[in-house]
Order: sequence, then structure tokens, then C-alpha cells
Amino acid sequence: MTAALAEKGIRAVPPAGITPPRTARRRRRAVDDGTPRWQIYLPLGLYLLFTLVPFYWMLLFAVRPAGSTSLVPWPATGEHFAKVWNERSFGMYFQNSMLVGVATLITTTVVALCGGYALARFRFRGKSAFMLGLLCSQFIPGALMLVPLFEIFRNLQLINSLWSVIIAETVFQLPLSIILISGFIKNVPMALEEAAWVDGCSRFRGFCAVVLPVLRPGLIAVGSFAFVHSWNHFLFALMFLSSQDKQTIPVGLNTLIGADSVDLGALAAGGVVAAVPVVIVFAFIQKWLITGFSAGAVKG
Amino acid sequence: MAIAVAKPSRRRDRRLPYLLIAPAALLMLGFIAYPMISVLYYSLQDYNVTKPWRNGFAGFSNFTRIFTDDPLFWQSLAFSARWVVVEVGLQLALGLVLALLVNQTFIGRGIARALVFSPWAVSGVLTTTIWMLLYNPSTGFSRYLADAGIGTYGTSVLSDTGTVFWAAVLAELWRGVPFFAILILADLQSIPKELYEAASVDGANRYRKLLHITLPHLRDAIVLSTLLRGVWEFNNVDLLYTLTGGGPAGQTTTLPLYVANTGVDGHDFGYASALTTVAFVILLFCSILYLRLSKFGGDRT
Repeated sequence: MTAALAEKGIRAVPPAGITPPRTARRRRRAVDDGTPRWQIYLPLGLYLLFTLVPFYWMLLFAVRPAGSTSLVPWPATGEHFAKVWNERSFGMYFQNSMLVGVATLITTTVVALCGGYALARFRFRGKSAFMLGLLCSQFIPGALMLVPLFEIFRNLQLINSLWSVIIAETVFQLPLSIILISGFIKNVPMALEEAAWVDGCSRFRGFCAVVLPVLRPGLIAVGSFAFVHSWNHFLFALMFLSSQDKQTIPVGLNTLIGADSVDLGALAAGGVVAAVPVVIVFAFIQKWLITGFSAGAVKG
Repeated sequence: MAIAVAKPSRRRDRRLPYLLIAPAALLMLGFIAYPMISVLYYSLQDYNVTKPWRNGFAGFSNFTRIFTDDPLFWQSLAFSARWVVVEVGLQLALGLVLALLVNQTFIGRGIARALVFSPWAVSGVLTTTIWMLLYNPSTGFSRYLADAGIGTYGTSVLSDTGTVFWAAVLAELWRGVPFFAILILADLQSIPKELYEAASVDGANRYRKLLHITLPHLRDAIVLSTLLRGVWEFNNVDLLYTLTGGGPAGQTTTLPLYVANTGVDGHDFGYASALTTVAFVILLFCSILYLRLSKFGGDRT
């Protein structure tokens, strides 16, 4: 494993002998192409305003008392949160969304790991057909599949069960996840696995001992993708879950949006509840997201 | 590579790849391929649960109706095309600039990256929530501008046919730009530093480096991400469904939204299936054309 990392590391560092030993500092300098500071800070600052003002606006509405027109969130109140959590059943929606998100994360990662390993490490008949299916399915709009999917889940008696949403989410997450994971596995040298076999490991044990640890950043990226997408998805939950105690956060938000007289404070508080988990996940993964992608994801 | 190494039993190895792809393949066959085929089948049927006496084989009548007798189809198709082109174009331009900016070395880079990328994780419905608060005429942004003497009170950008398109575009842009910025930044980091160093030795300034090193290197990533995003923007209805509901007066109805309305609310499943088929063919055709025109994966000379 360390050999693999070293191999990757060597490519990033200029050849030894030419460079002085303080390579880390030199490498960071190399990105700096002499752009004047203001040409970075000014456009970035403007863009940050565009990004952050909407978030601030939501927070502001969520914590300021009803009827207030203040632009600072002080004095703050928790009344809107208490209202959406209890009266508007966001507590229940939150639980449902969590269940769907975590279940989708697990099923997507496990199924995609198997498929990705097969694609990366084996040549078999039907492989290119399978690849073609993965790519083509990217063009099939989930929104256009609602009606036939509804019929299938009705026949399986899964309508109004969270499993319908979990299955649908997993299925539409799979193609991209498999492509990403097989890309990650291809980046792990085959020789590492073969070395484990020589040491007497079975294929499975060798995989767990050698490949899995190196794959961690990639798996975290794929898993959080699956979680964030299913946490956010709206149409499947709207269509397949009919009773109120099964619904998820986006559906709950849509109910608040569509109400005859929109309660803006409650809506904003509901938005904050919807945002918190994905923001936490995002903060946790955003560094891996970029390295995960550059590890051969886009290039396949 | 696979010569003399003691591979764990050969015979089991031959079945192993099929066992490994089986779960994924079965799920995709059952929940993507089968529904797709049933859509094709129903596109040739009259199938409407509210008018069961008319159900039955319809030949190509659904398709002739789409192309000859359905102004809403053409209107929603035109809107979809405009929506995809405007969104993807603007998202790419801003995402590229943003990625180049946060790829620079400066103080506070880590936190700046995290903040500008954060809307990536936000859902369509949550985007609607946030921008409805901003666009709301009585408590939103325009009210505070009016307080400061800019504009007038009571303007709702979402109910005015002149502004609703750009209001929706801005909201979608807010959450769409980070996708491009993340993908492009990832690809930027794979450019060997030596290329830039060599160019500096040759006396190239930073604009020439951008033009001759960075952009050519990014080409495949840009082609692929614009394609993925284009398909995604075409298909995704969450934001428009919740923000404008396709209105005012059908102004912001995309094709998938029209299909969903026809199939789900109108119960006209046969016709909705034919629309789905047409949408899928258009999407596939445009994607292939785009990959051809951009010479994706070709050598970069």
C-alpha cells in the first residue's frame, strides 16, 4: 500500500537532484503564477457574496421573530424551529430522510463496489454491453420514469414504503458510482493484490487488506454522493410515498412552499433543517471530493 | 501480468465477475431497462385510466399527435433547449473562472473553497425555498432595495413573464456553478507543474499559459462535464416544479415537466410515454452529436 502511495507521490515531485530539498514549499509556489492579489480577492469576494447572501437570508428568516423586518438575526428566536419540528412534523420527515439517505448510501456503495471491482479487474463476455448500459442509463431521465416505476412498485406492494424510494435512488445512483469506483480500483496497482495472493490471501481477503484501505477517499466521495442525492431527491418521494408519516424533508418543504399563505419563518426554519445534514457532510468531504475526482474519475 | 502468479482458483474466477455485477445488473434491468421498455410499449397504446373504454393499440397516432397537433410540446421543447443552453453556458463560464481562482495560492484558500462550493450540496427544493424568501415581494430583497430608493414595492419577479426566466436562471445558477468548479478544479490539479515551469522558462506570460496549457488540458473534462450537466439540467424538474410550477402561463414548462403533468396529473399515460420516447431520442441524438462535434477523446493537437 505504501508502495502505491509512494508511486503516486513520486510523480508529483520533480525529479530528485534538480530540486533543493524544500520541495513542499516549491510545489506550492509553482501554482502562484504572479496574479496580483486584488485580481483574486475582488472577483472571489463578489462571488462569495452571491453564494452566501442567500444562505444568510434563510438563516435570518429562520431566527428572527414573525413580523420583524430587521436585517440582523438578533434577537433570535427558536419559535419557527419548534413549529416546523413539531406542528409541521419535520421531526418525522427528518427521521425518514435519514433512513432513506443512510440506506441508499450503504446499498449504493456495496453494490457499486462489487460491480466496479468486476469492471476493473476482469475481462468477461458481456462486459462492454454492461458498460454501454451504464453509460446509456445516464441519459434516461428519472422524471420520465415516474409512471412505469410507480406501476412496478405498486405490483411489488412497496408503494408508501420507504424501500421504494431507497431502491429507486440506489438504481439511479449506481451507474455513475460504478464508473467512479472502477476508475479508483484501476488506479490501485494489480501487483499489490497479487502480492497478497502470493502471501496466501484469498481474493476477498486480499481485496480487504490491500485495495480497500487505498480506496477509502473514493468510497467516501461515492457514499456521500449517494447520501446527498437521496437526501435531496424530491420526485420519487413525492410520487411513491402517499401517507404523511412516510414523507421526507423535500416533500415537507414543498408542502410549506405550496401552502395558501406561506409562513416564511416556518419555511426558512424548514430549509435550515434540510440544509444542516448536507452541509455537515459537505464540510467533511469537500477536500476528498476534489482528490476523489482527480484520481481518474473524470478521465474514466 | 497474470502469468505465473498463484491466482486463487481459476474456475471460480470465471464465474466471479458475473456474480459481482449481478446485483447491479439485476437492479438496472428491473428498474431502468424494464420501465424503459414499458414506456416504449405504452407509447404505441392509448392508455388512460380515466378513459378506459378507449384503451388499446394506437399505432403511431400518439407520435403524429406530438409532431402535428401539440403546440405545448414545441413550446416546452423550446423552453428546455433555451434553459439547458443558458444554464450550462453560464455555469461553465462561471465555474471555470471560479476553479481558476481557487486554484491560485492565497491566504484563506481552504475556507474560500469550502464556502463557494457549498451550494453544490443543496437540493432543488431547498434552492426554491431560499430564493422564494429572496424574491418574495413583501419581505424579500426587492423590498429592502425599495426601502433604499431603488425600484418599486410589490414587484414579484416570479409572476412577471418578462422576469421569471432570468429569476429561475439565477437561482439554478447559484447551485449549479459549484458542480463545474469542483470538476474543473479536480482536473486542473492533474496538470503537471513542469509544463508551467517550462513555459515560464520560454518566457510565456500567464495568459499564454492559460490559452496554451490549461485550456487544452481541460478540454475533455469540459466536454464531459457540460454533457453530463446538460442532460441533468434537461431532466431535472425539482427547481422549476417547485419555484414556478411551470408558470406563469406555461412560460417555464420544460419537456420533462410537461411529460410529468400529462402522465401524472392528466392520467394520459400512453401519450406521456410517447413524449418520453421522443424526449429520450432527442437527448441521445444531441449527446452523440455533441460528442462528435467536440471530438471527445481525440488527440489534442
